[in-house]
Amino acid sequence: MLLRFNLFLALAWLIAHSAYAAPYLPASDAQVLERLPFKANDPVARELAQLRAALQRNPRDDVVAVALGRRYYELVAAEGDPRYIGYAQAALAPWWELPAPPLEVLVLRASLRQFRHDFSGALADLNQALTRDPHHPRARSLRAIIHIVQARYAEAGSDCLALRDVANELIALGCESMVQGLTGHAAQAYAALSQMQAQHPEAARDERLWVLTRLAEMAQRLGRLDAAEAHFKQALALDITDTFLLAAYADYLLDQGRASEVVALLKDKTRSDTLLLRLVFAEHALKLPTAKTSATTLADRFHAAQLRGDTVHQQEEARFALHVQHDAKKSLALALENWKVQLEPRDARIVLEAALAAKDQAAAKPVLRWLAESSIEDATLRRLAEQLKALP
Amino acid sequence: MMRLLFLVCSLCLSFSASAHKPSDSYLTLRVAGETVTGQWDIALRDLDFALGLDANGDAQITWGEVRAKQNEIAAYALSRLSLAAAGQACPARVTEYLIDDHTDGAYVVMRFTAACPAPVQTLQARYALFFDIDPQHKGLLRLEYSGQSVTGIFSPEKATQEFSLSRPNKLRQFFDYGHEGVWHIWIGFDHILFLLALLLPAVVLRQNEKWQAVAAFKPAFWQVFKIVTAFTVAHSITLSLATLGVVSLPSRWVEATIAASVVIAALNNVFPLFRERRWMMAFAFGLIHGFGFASVLRDLGLPQDALVLALVGFNLGVEAGQLAIVAAFLPVAYALRQSWFYQRLILLGGSILIAAVASVWLVERAFDLKLMPF
Repeated sequence: MLLRFNLFLALAWLIAHSAYAAPYLPASDAQVLERLPFKANDPVARELAQLRAALQRNPRDDVVAVALGRRYYELVAAEGDPRYIGYAQAALAPWWELPAPPLEVLVLRASLRQFRHDFSGALADLNQALTRDPHHPRARSLRAIIHIVQARYAEAGSDCLALRDVANELIALGCESMVQGLTGHAAQAYAALSQMQAQHPEAARDERLWVLTRLAEMAQRLGRLDAAEAHFKQALALDITDTFLLAAYADYLLDQGRASEVVALLKDKTRSDTLLLRLVFAEHALKLPTAKTSATTLADRFHAAQLRGDTVHQQEEARFALHVQHDAKKSLALALENWKVQLEPRDARIVLEAALAAKDQAAAKPVLRWLAESSIEDATLRRLAEQLKALP
Repeated sequence: MMRLLFLVCSLCLSFSASAHKPSDSYLTLRVAGETVTGQWDIALRDLDFALGLDANGDAQITWGEVRAKQNEIAAYALSRLSLAAAGQACPARVTEYLIDDHTDGAYVVMRFTAACPAPVQTLQARYALFFDIDPQHKGLLRLEYSGQSVTGIFSPEKATQEFSLSRPNKLRQFFDYGHEGVWHIWIGFDHILFLLALLLPAVVLRQNEKWQAVAAFKPAFWQVFKIVTAFTVAHSITLSLATLGVVSLPSRWVEATIAASVVIAALNNVFPLFRERRWMMAFAFGLIHGFGFASVLRDLGLPQDALVLALVGFNLGVEAGQLAIVAAFLPVAYALRQSWFYQRLILLGGSILIAAVASVWLVERAFDLKLMPF
């Protein structure tokens, strides 16, 4: 048995690390092996190089360290590469273990911690930051979001309210409407945010992107599909590469049975696991010949994440297990594990779907309770919950 | 404005789940005596960040650019990995540079050997690659010794680790390999079908172009005994020779011939070629099946210090699995031997079915195709 277990581990290791091929000797010196995100003379690369050089001269300069760390943090959204989280952490190395680092270091540390799903560590940092400066907009907004993700709507609501004093009204209202949209006031919240959005044509592009994505989500949950579609299209027209927007729109299209549009949208975006997952669903739905390869690649990446002990992918992995591998039990276990740290509608949905497939009403209890307590208006979740309750 | 931009960004970011994989390296160490041979796969992306591989700044890393820096890469990496046994360092030397494509990009593959002052009982490893520039980096280790493998993860919090290469309990190891042998015969449909094709006619006799049920259990039993013994002796010979490295055959040829043996054995029940000399066929093709078993055993990993133990354990496991199949088959076949059901449906129909399945295997294996799910 020991041998078999070791064999299993060894096999998992092999699968994860030798994707398809064996090591090889490239045919010529000119063969391109890897592409980098930036050329050496790219303005972003130059800015980073300058900041790095400045930090190297004085590694304890917290202003430079935070500037460099923040720059890396922003790059995660643009490039989708979590390596930058590690680079940002390295910039903060002199303060990383300190209980009370400088304020800006503290807030950036919280951002990096929440990215790795260390929500309790992030909250501790943010509580301390807001005690020291109650008007810190980034600390306030980040704490509001973490409260929303973890379904503490009262706390989230008061943080959003406090944002009115420190941020612009569009962002503050966006924050409030997110909470209201999850607590039984979706129609009013949607109307108020649409109106506010119309009153602020001057808003920056990334602010509009954020507000439009929230509007699309709310409209979708309210069953106003035409409006949701319009918001998604407006957001896409801003031409900002945003993994979250693409994933949300792909999910919307998949729900409508419009898989071929998903393939067109995502076929060049397979470097992102989140987007590759949606592409796999679409290719499966269309029975495309590429479906199998894509699914294997994604499974390999999940294996690789498991090997390094990562759990940030559990929601995606649960969806993959249910819809591609047809393993309801595994999916349900992953979805419930994810539900312990993330409690948003999309996290609820996979628990309900997996519980339904596994015919296990009892396992979904925490989600059913959340549905009842939050009084969220979401047609899909309500329907799934009814089906689950109707199980013998 | 800048403040606001950061504000929005922090709102969005917390939503976008991580896209690619964070940075990992893959380190394999094989310990044999005082020598440690290793393979270390390190992402070019990471090496570029640490050392600057993109010499011409065109955002592309070519093999030429990697080769130009390969000594620097080796010096950088090996200075961040120290192996030691009994407190004494095992200095490492790179033997080969290759490239491999992982799910998240190209990796340089460094093969190296490290020489320890004495045979390794306990291996101490300190891993510090990239921890200063990316504290999220992890080193994923696979350590192989005596046919066993263990895995480990290096992180900044667990940079130094010690592995005691305990000699496995011999009896335990013996039973582990025995268990693998049983398991292999149980999931090795080709071996089962070959055996069944030979055994199906054991309870009947062909006379005047017709099958007659044997009169007593004894002749049937001896038939089966002869066939099983011949098969066992033959495959034990080649399994041992191949495992000990005396003979080796290309595995595709072996697998295809095994499939052919099943076809021939099954067709012999429809069009008698070998008549009642099935034990000879069992012996001849058993030699080939032995090579098939040997490749399974090789894939399991062979402990160099307990080769014979593994070989005997595995072989006995195969025999035990085989005997279990025979023990289940013989009484049922004997009881049904006079029926039309057995003579026409099981014997004739079953043989045709076996021949058909094995023919597909033959085509698959000879031409390296995949037509059936098993």
